[in-house]
Amino acid sequence: MLREIALVAGKDLRIEWRSRVAIGQVAPFAVLVLVLFGFALDADTEALRTFTGGLFWITVLFAAVLAIQRSFALESADGNRDALRLSGLEPSAIFFGKAVALAVQLLVLETLLGVGVAVLYGPHLDDGLLLVATAGVATIGVAAAGTLYGVLAAGLRVRETILPILLLPVLAPVLIGATRAFDDALGTVAVNGWNWLALLGLTALVYVAFGALAFGVLLEDA
Amino acid sequence: MPVVDLRAVVALLGRFPALAGVDLVVDAGEAVLLQGPNGAGKTSVLRLCSGLLAVTSGSAEVLGHDLARDRRAIRRDVGMLAHATFLYDDLTVFENLRFWARAAGGSVAEAEAAMARLEIDPRLRDVPVIRLSTGQRRRASLAVLVARRPRLWLLDEPHAGLDQAGRDIVDELVAGALAAGATVLVASHELDRTRTIVSRVVTIAGGVVIDDQPAVRGSLPTPMAPLDESHVDVA
Repeated sequence: MLREIALVAGKDLRIEWRSRVAIGQVAPFAVLVLVLFGFALDADTEALRTFTGGLFWITVLFAAVLAIQRSFALESADGNRDALRLSGLEPSAIFFGKAVALAVQLLVLETLLGVGVAVLYGPHLDDGLLLVATAGVATIGVAAAGTLYGVLAAGLRVRETILPILLLPVLAPVLIGATRAFDDALGTVAVNGWNWLALLGLTALVYVAFGALAFGVLLEDA
Repeated sequence: MPVVDLRAVVALLGRFPALAGVDLVVDAGEAVLLQGPNGAGKTSVLRLCSGLLAVTSGSAEVLGHDLARDRRAIRRDVGMLAHATFLYDDLTVFENLRFWARAAGGSVAEAEAAMARLEIDPRLRDVPVIRLSTGQRRRASLAVLVARRPRLWLLDEPHAGLDQAGRDIVDELVAGALAAGATVLVASHELDRTRTIVSRVVTIAGGVVIDDQPAVRGSLPTPMAPLDESHVDVA
């Protein structure tokens, strides 16, 4: 199982590295969204600082939709979805492999956005450990749900437009939990961020478990 | 026990009956040509035998597995050459081969051997598939099939897009697979060429088998080195 997960994740990451779509298109898009938020709030530093958590995670979710679409566009070309089904790989291994590759890309993106937020919005950091743990757990949730809904949308003719409509509502709990935990970590709102992190972890666990179970059925029907 | 045993099989593509009651029995070590007009159901038979197309009604057993109950069980033992390449454009020829060979439980050495067997120019080894010609992609797809060492070969227009040397290689591969005990189903419109490598010709029209005759065979090509028989343990 681990060998198969590594095989699929390695394949997806190699393709991303080779094609540079994540670096050349998704990352610039995400940075652009951060800048546009700055314009929209009229460069009001106090407002930007207060809403840093929410703006950061909304940007991550928008960029994640692009990354997920890219991940499954690879499988739509040249009959590769059929080839994956014929490969003999366990569907759950394909799910975990694609989710791991997506999570790695999102973590790189979040690091880049973190630098962008620090420069553009100027937040204060109160709890670095909470910040990093939240980013890790939220990324797992986004990657798991994204992989599941990515394969669900992959078989549809309107997959490019339907994916955000299906996925973003499902990721609302991740957005809320991660934003609240970031608010605590950045000291902008007096909430218990660790409690929100625990809730976020539970959500991510549900997405991972459901994804591992349902991915095979959805891959067959895609 | 037959490798393929289809009885009154109906399979739908949406609401359209791609197969409307197919009866087909193929024994181990046989090579069968599926012929018929466009839309007759040849590709659908191949997809059904690979477990990609669901059985709506009837009885379908492939490699001893009931496809109505479990379509996934056979997949590691089936190799399919389709119209699509089944290759990732951004990976090199060798990266594709290595990925699909390892996915099927094979090794890097088997991927190397498959490249050599298909006589793929070593200079193409590290070239991304997107830069290959149609014929080169076809050879790479065939190499993936060979590297997987299937017990049942499902070939959809295997000669299409290949030059003369490539076509000869396909014929030799089929002969080699048969010599090793594998079973081959070929869908093709190139009847004269394909009849020389099969033992039976099955005609399909309207999603049903309408004729089943022994092939009028020409001279068989020289088989390539047989596959490792441990991987073609046909019951």
